[in-house]
Amino acid sequence: MSELILSIRDLRVTFDTPLGPLEAVRGVDLDVRAGEMVGVVGESGSGKSVTFLAAMGLLPRSAKVTGSVMLNGQEMVNAPGKVLRNMRGGLMSMIFQDPLSALNPVHRVGDQIVEMLQAHQSQLSDKDAAKRAVELLDIVGIPQAAERAHQYPHEFSGGMRQRVVIAIAIANNPKVLIADEPTTALDVTVQAQILEVIERVQKSFGTAVVLITHDLGVIARVADRVNVMYAGRNVEKGGVNSLFDHPSHPYTRGLLASLPHEGAERLTPITGFPPNMLMPPPGCGFAPRCSYANDDCMKSLPELRVFGDLETACLRAEQIIVNGASS
Amino acid sequence: MNQPLLRVDNLVKNFELRASNGIRKTKRIVQAVSDVSFSVDRGQTLGIVGESGSGKTTVGRCVLQLLDVTSGNIFFEGKNLGGLSFEEMRKIRRKMQIVFQDPFASLDPKMTVGSSIAEPLVVQGEDGNHAEKVASLLELVGLAADHAKRFPHEFSGGQRQRVGIARALALDPALIVLDEPVSALDVSIQAGVVNLFGDLQKRLGMSYVFIAHDLSVVRHIADRVAVMYLGKIVEIGDKKSIYEHPTHPYTKALLSAVPVPNPTTERSRSRIMLQGDVPSPVNPPTGCRFRTRCWKATDLCASTEPQLVVRPTGQLSACHFPE
Repeated sequence: MSELILSIRDLRVTFDTPLGPLEAVRGVDLDVRAGEMVGVVGESGSGKSVTFLAAMGLLPRSAKVTGSVMLNGQEMVNAPGKVLRNMRGGLMSMIFQDPLSALNPVHRVGDQIVEMLQAHQSQLSDKDAAKRAVELLDIVGIPQAAERAHQYPHEFSGGMRQRVVIAIAIANNPKVLIADEPTTALDVTVQAQILEVIERVQKSFGTAVVLITHDLGVIARVADRVNVMYAGRNVEKGGVNSLFDHPSHPYTRGLLASLPHEGAERLTPITGFPPNMLMPPPGCGFAPRCSYANDDCMKSLPELRVFGDLETACLRAEQIIVNGASS
Repeated sequence: MNQPLLRVDNLVKNFELRASNGIRKTKRIVQAVSDVSFSVDRGQTLGIVGESGSGKTTVGRCVLQLLDVTSGNIFFEGKNLGGLSFEEMRKIRRKMQIVFQDPFASLDPKMTVGSSIAEPLVVQGEDGNHAEKVASLLELVGLAADHAKRFPHEFSGGQRQRVGIARALALDPALIVLDEPVSALDVSIQAGVVNLFGDLQKRLGMSYVFIAHDLSVVRHIADRVAVMYLGKIVEIGDKKSIYEHPTHPYTKALLSAVPVPNPTTERSRSRIMLQGDVPSPVNPPTGCRFRTRCWKATDLCASTEPQLVVRPTGQLSACHFPE
């Protein structure tokens, strides 16, 4: 197995809100190994973005973060600003859903790449940095990169802007690229192009990619391993084929069953809605919506346990696996 | 033969873009919808799919006369909506409703959901006990009658969308335009709302124009599908023909770009990767509008605009080199 690059242990994030403390992430464990593509899937409010904003040290100071995030042997949680600045954009970069707000509208895109390069490689001359910026634009598939480097973000289309953002993110050869819903704002034909760029970066530079998305189709297409999150917890994780082929957690099963598929008369929604995280249920976060739940599920918080090639946080997983096999 | 509930003939909608560079004012025309024709039968669902800028939302708004059409005719129950007075149009509006994408923006935060749902009844001067009607509407969409007293912020996204649907149903419409009604919802919630649309149609028999960019949801809900690209319908026909035998290269590419939630099939299937983005509608390509991204394009495509032609599998498509 390749080297462990990013290791998150018992990460907890609490925000102070006028209505009281809100624990958005409630004990997440997650590993990323060199060069792999890890998918993180969950609905809005599941804590998938907050987990990685915390890992990058990008949350406001008012957020209380505990636990551990080890990036290449360096602790990121509550690390001094200098360490974080060194790591961000150096060893680990992050890209977001909206490429327009990620770019500075009054600077040429080439200069924005140069800025990132020189922030981490101060010995790099302006000329070399500019040359490297054009190379990077070329790598992410921007035609006529040398001319385009002199243009401003508004002169690019949505898909091209996301390519520029990727070029900035990979400028210093990071070991981990965190992509938070990178294609959600894009049209489906452009999404296919951007996924292709991200896969190419992963394959040709050995960059590990964490792909955060709500789209199970995107996960199925590119991820090696998948983490399913619900109510601030990891509920299931494992290899992409196993997870889609024989999910054990009722939430994963429900999520897959709720997708439209050919020949289905009716869809199968998950009843109810996600818990209010100001008052999370004392037991399993999914129990109130779960048809398998019993009294124990309402009381105790399940930990991840190994079932074959998956890890599942469900007290009733044994019964579900038996049922799943017989049906 | 029965006339269709809705018929749209050669609909064109232009928007003016006014800009000023500080010295002189410029005016440019964007043709958001260009020569679009289709019809919707009673009790049927027409899905309109396309990427951003394809004009699908504008078509929906024109159908409801929320936008003035530039040219073309819209017939509802055989009546041309073009020449109607304000008062006549208001009477017809009760039969045509809309559900919007964003259930947070489409409900007034200061009104109880009960008064939001009753508002169409008040506007149309309906007599009788509105509270009773509201209660039955809430139950119809899977909410509880006592929810009427609550405010929108007390509901989740899926529940708010149900409130929006209840409001659209208040006047027993014959047609509802659903403009991306589930795209703001999480998948597990989406399924319930999609089922609700199906159940309501079965019970009440209204027609839907279902506008969406999510092809798998449209496949589930629609009877017929229109694929739009840069203001034009490039292919229209029965759902089965469109999804199983797409004849327009754009339809093919669009279907191929949607990732399938199954790693084995998703990784083994061949994909058509379109180059570039959708061109600007301000300055659309000559001839076929898709030609700049099409792998089959020739000089003919640049010079001559293809017309919609019936294909062996039953649908119409506009391409010189159909599949």
